[in-house]
Amino acid sequence: MSSKLKTVHLKLPASTEDLQTLEIGSVVYLSGRVFTAREGIYKRAIEEGVGMPASREDLGSANFHCSPAATIEPDGTLNVGSVTATASFRFAKWLDGWLKLSGCNIIIGKGGMTSEVYRDIFVPNNTIYLTTVGYGTGALLGRGIRNVVGIHWKEELGLAQAAWVLDVENFGPFLVESDLEGNSLFERENAKIAPGIDKLYEGTRPATLRRYGETDNKKEEVI
Amino acid sequence: MIPLASLQRTAEELMAKAAIEIPDDYLAGLRRCANTEKGDLSAFVIQAMLENYEAAKEDRRAMCGDTGVPRWYVKIGNDARIDGGPIALEAALRRATANATHSVPLRPNRVHPLWRTDHNNNVGINAPEIEYSFHPNADWVELTTVHKGGLFGSDYRMLFPGDGIEGIKRFYLDTLVAFGKRGLACQPAIIGVGLGGSKDACMVLGKQASCLRTVGSRNPDPKIAALEDELHELGNNIGMGAMGFMGSSMVVDCQIEVGYCHTGGMPMSVHMFCLSSRRSTARIYADGRAEFRTDPMWFTDYSRRATVEWDQPMLEAAE
Ligand code: SF4
Repeated sequence: MSSKLKTVHLKLPASTEDLQTLEIGSVVYLSGRVFTAREGIYKRAIEEGVGMPASREDLGSANFHCSPAATIEPDGTLNVGSVTATASFRFAKWLDGWLKLSGCNIIIGKGGMTSEVYRDIFVPNNTIYLTTVGYGTGALLGRGIRNVVGIHWKEELGLAQAAWVLDVENFGPFLVESDLEGNSLFERENAKIAPGIDKLYEGTRPATLRRYGETDNKKEEVI
Repeated sequence: MIPLASLQRTAEELMAKAAIEIPDDYLAGLRRCANTEKGDLSAFVIQAMLENYEAAKEDRRAMCGDTGVPRWYVKIGNDARIDGGPIALEAALRRATANATHSVPLRPNRVHPLWRTDHNNNVGINAPEIEYSFHPNADWVELTTVHKGGLFGSDYRMLFPGDGIEGIKRFYLDTLVAFGKRGLACQPAIIGVGLGGSKDACMVLGKQASCLRTVGSRNPDPKIAALEDELHELGNNIGMGAMGFMGSSMVVDCQIEVGYCHTGGMPMSVHMFCLSSRRSTARIYADGRAEFRTDPMWFTDYSRRATVEWDQPMLEAAE
């Protein structure tokens, strides 16, 4: 894809040195092993104390917040069609325990987290955050999957929440949302948009009937 | 008599078409966004999406890995007779949903709200939703499936007549700004606005406005059509583009539907049909023939009627 943005091809597993070269807003394509894990896995691995579903060698160290559109054929073949990330901010509370337990240094998902989470959890664990693009680029991502290596905890968690292990090539595009210093691309962009907001709201009127617990500061986020 | 087998076969094909082929009207609207977008990052995202639609069609794979919540809209001609009746039709739609989940494949998204039970087929209690409408002087049945993204971008608020157009604009902007940040709503989106009706009907009207009209269509009331244009432009002036990056591509189009409401209120709902604006329609005739299209033509003079009786001098004169 042609674009003015800087593009990086990254081999997995990635070392801290590899990750140091990444800047927020760069485009990244991945080759190597990734696995899916979200709230079902986090709860079981961390809260229930079950530990990881497989070894680090088996799973790799790039965790994708996603449930693939996939089926298991009667002969046991795993068939993944399209993959799209799910919103990551909901998983923040498990991440410190998760990064320590799993050894992951790349989190891939939708929409990122707050820079506070990056500073407190990602930076000490030398971890970056890559966001999917769109976010609906499921077919492009599906094309990058070379092999569905396996699935863990299918019985316990069901197809959507299970850990799918994928070998990928030129898997992407992703954008670097947080670098090793914990900067956030989304927050940078929010800050650029914020100055125009007051003007935008001229000629509007707050609702007569108010609601409890809401912010009226449009510069804040709702996540 | 419309054969049940044709209804089920057509419904399965609609599930696949909706999941794989982006409708032309949305695609044209997104290309217009691509042509005017000045933000680097937002332009990159739109370009990636345009390539994604191509990849989906070439590989016959779902354009988005998130199935959303697949559902059905059924329009039944007044003179249509369905083999097995409405009960058989509902069974066929449930079977088609389950079969397509496996064959496309689609991600099984539907779970029990409390027990998280997943049948792995997008079917369960009250799922898929099936909504009905009727049409005069017709012997066909029209099926539309919509796979709308499920989590972000919709909101409801009770406004009052005194809130006026300024209040409508405020709630509209609130919703877009809140869900546009980080692209939670997967914009550029078709924004549907429901105004009036009872509380539940207000949500339904807004949802149908976003999912069942086409980009570029306008409400038949010229003043509402002008408000659609105004809100379309307002949304693109937020300064926010795809994924919440700086830019101008927030809204592909804005569509408003209204319903008469309580004299004291002016309820409003806002809905955002995302980058995977998935819908597909077919009309099935008595001989089992199916005609596919992407315009649901859900809203008609009949469905928007305001009078007690429905007589159709125009329609009869035309025929
Ligand atoms: S909102 Fe639409 S494009 Fe985004 S993940 Fe959901 S279905 Fe896909």
